[in-house]
Amino acid sequence: MKLRRRQRERLSLWLQYLAFIAIIAVVIFAADWGRLREAFFRVDIIESMFPTIITVALRNTILYTLGAFAFGLVFGTVLALMRLSRVAPYRWVATAYIELFRGLPALLVLFLVGYGIPIAFPEREIPGGVFGSIAIGLGLTAAAYMAETIRAGIQAVPKGQMEAARTLGMSHFTAMRTIVIPQAFRVVIPPLTNELILLTKDSSLAYVLGVTAQTIEVTKFGRDTLNDRVNATPLLVAGFAYLVLTLPLSQVVRRLELRYAKAR
Amino acid sequence: MTTTQPRPAVEIRDLHKSFGPLEVLKGIDFEVGHGEVVCVIGPSGSGKSTLLRCVNLLEEPTAGKIWVNGVEMTDPDVEIDSVRRGIGMVFQSFNLFPHLTVLNNLTIAQRRVLRRGRAEAERIARDNLERVGLTDKADAFPAQLSGGQQQRAAIARSLSMDPKLMLFDEPTSALDPELVGDVLTVMRKLAEDGMTMMVVTHEMAFARDVADRVVFMDGGVVVEQGPPQEVLGAPRHERTRSFLSRVLDPTHVAQLGQPDQSPEPPQPPRLPADDRHNL
Repeated sequence: MKLRRRQRERLSLWLQYLAFIAIIAVVIFAADWGRLREAFFRVDIIESMFPTIITVALRNTILYTLGAFAFGLVFGTVLALMRLSRVAPYRWVATAYIELFRGLPALLVLFLVGYGIPIAFPEREIPGGVFGSIAIGLGLTAAAYMAETIRAGIQAVPKGQMEAARTLGMSHFTAMRTIVIPQAFRVVIPPLTNELILLTKDSSLAYVLGVTAQTIEVTKFGRDTLNDRVNATPLLVAGFAYLVLTLPLSQVVRRLELRYAKAR
Repeated sequence: MTTTQPRPAVEIRDLHKSFGPLEVLKGIDFEVGHGEVVCVIGPSGSGKSTLLRCVNLLEEPTAGKIWVNGVEMTDPDVEIDSVRRGIGMVFQSFNLFPHLTVLNNLTIAQRRVLRRGRAEAERIARDNLERVGLTDKADAFPAQLSGGQQQRAAIARSLSMDPKLMLFDEPTSALDPELVGDVLTVMRKLAEDGMTMMVVTHEMAFARDVADRVVFMDGGVVVEQGPPQEVLGAPRHERTRSFLSRVLDPTHVAQLGQPDQSPEPPQPPRLPADDRHNL
C-alpha cells in the first residue's frame, strides 16, 4: 500500500512523538524518585530557607546585578564612543581595553578589583563596600561586552540622523546624546538584556570577596545551606530564585520592543 | 541686516572636492544672492549634491573658499554649529528623527540649540506645521506619515530654526510621484515669501517656474547658468541640451552616449507649456 504525502508526514510526526514520550517515560519510571526527593526536594529545608532567600539573598543578587549593569552600561557607552572617536588614541585605548577584558574571566577581574584596589589605595575605600566592589568588578567585564554591542547599535543608526542633527546646529555631543544614542539603544535592547541575564548569574561570583550574612547572594546562600544541612535541596531553590528574575525579564523586553517598534 | 549686507548669501570661490582619487568638484565659482532661488540641475555624479553639502560643511572642501551670510565656512576656526543655525537643510531621505513625535522633531533643536522655552518652541513649531499643512500631525511619529508628509515636516523642522538660507538636496527624489506636488507647493510658497534657497533638483518644471536662476553642472564644473528661460528654454551648451533632452524625453535614447555624431543637431528640449513666465 502506498501512502500519500500527507499521510506519510503525519505518520512520521507520530513516530517522533512516540519516541519522545518513550524517552520521557523511561526517565520517569527508571529514576529513583524517592532518593531524588530526599536529596533535592526536602520540604523542611525549603521552608527553612524562607524568608531569608528573598529578603537577603535575592535582594542582594538584584542589587549586585543592577549595580554591575549600571556601571557597565555607562562605562560601556563611553568605550563605544571612544571606539568611534576621531581621536586615534581614544580608539586605541578602547580597543585594547575591550580585547583585554573580554579575554579575562570575570572571576579574576572581580578578584583583582576586590583585593587589588584596597592594596593600591590603602587610604581610600571603594564606595559602597562589597556592593561597590562587585558593581565595579563585574561591571568592568560587562562594559567590554556592552561597548561592542552599543557601538554596533550606534553604527546601525543611519548617517543622515547625525547629519540632520548637525545641520540644525547641534554639536556632535548633543546630537549623539539626543538623537543617535536614544535610537541606538532601541536597537541594542535585546542584546543588552542578554547581558543583564548573564550578569544576574555572574553576580554569584561575589563569594570571592568574602560575603557576610548581610551581603550574601543567592548562590552562596544556597551553597552555605547545602553545607549546613548536607543536602542538595538549597541548590534547587537557588536555581528557582534565578528563574524568578530572568523569566519576567524576557517578558519585559518583549514589551519594550513592541512599544519602540511604533516609533521606528 | 539684509539690506546692508555687502556679501551675497552664499559665495563660493574655486571650490575643489575629492573623495580619495576621485575629483568630484573641479573648481566651482558660485553665488546665491539674498532672497534668490537657485536651482542646481545636472546628471547624477555631476557633483551637484556635493556642492550643496559643501555649503554647510557636511562635506569638507579639499580646496577653495566658501562664505555663507558673510561668514567664511572654510576658516578652520569657524564656529560651525552657530553658523549652521542659520542654514536650513532638507534631505532626499527626510531624516526626521524617528524616535520623536513630529512636534518634538521641530522643538528639539530649538530648545537644545537656541535655548527656547518649551512653550515658545512649541508655538513656533505649530506655526511652521501650519505653514506646511501638517497641523493635525503634531503628535504623530514620522513612521506614521507618508513620504510627502515626512518631507514637509522636515522642511518645517528646518524653518523652526529661523534660517536665512535653505538648502534642498533632491527633496522630492524619494517620493511617490503623486506626493511630489505637495512638497513642491510648500517650497514654492517659501520662495514667494522671500526665502533664499539653493535647490538641487530633477524637477525641471519647478526650476522653470520658481527659480530666479538655474545652474547646470556636469563633470564637477558649472557648465552654464542663467535665468530658467535661457538655461532650460534655450541652452547654449551641448551638454546641457543632451541632459535636458534625456530628462524631458527619457524614452528617446537614440543620441545617448554619442550626441555629437547625430546627423541632425539635437532638438532643444520642449518644456511643458509655460504660463508662469512672469514669476
